[in-house]
Amino acid sequence: MILAKVVGTVVATRKDERLVSNKLLVARPIDPSGKADGNYLVAVDTVDAGFGETVLIVSGSSARMASGMKDCPVDAAIVGIVDTVEVKD
Amino acid sequence: MQLARVVGEVVATMKDPNLVGLKMLVLQPLAASGDAAGRTLVALDSVGAGVGEHVFFVRGREAAFPFYPAEPPADATIIGIVDHWNTN
Repeated sequence: MILAKVVGTVVATRKDERLVSNKLLVARPIDPSGKADGNYLVAVDTVDAGFGETVLIVSGSSARMASGMKDCPVDAAIVGIVDTVEVKD
Repeated sequence: MQLARVVGEVVATMKDPNLVGLKMLVLQPLAASGDAAGRTLVALDSVGAGVGEHVFFVRGREAAFPFYPAEPPADATIIGIVDHWNTN
């Protein structure tokens, strides 16, 4: 999984019918210190995340195991809202 | 599978119901030399690893298998704690 910050929403009227009523968010991957790291991605939100929150994103076919995503055409799903990241290096 | 070092912990209260009770750790993938190689990631822990330990982890759909029959939405899971490794 990767850490990311929610930076926006996506609205799409025409989409795969299995995506109807799912919330799509734009997220920017971050490193544990909070620094942006990598390209923006669109992820399906399964935990009611919101703008500015740090979230946990699962990618690839594993995204379909998020709750309610069975057999949906997704490759990135937000599966957690991060409270804290503690790095001891 | 890949080698990594555990560098931190993630706490999330709001999460997928299938992730409840599972430990999430921050990993830094390593090269064979032991140097950091690549971006950090968050992985589930199936073996009781802790911060500072060297581990190996599996990526992809297989990351859910250690928790069978549960199916947590995970794309990376620690499946072993490394005692030592040698490269020639």
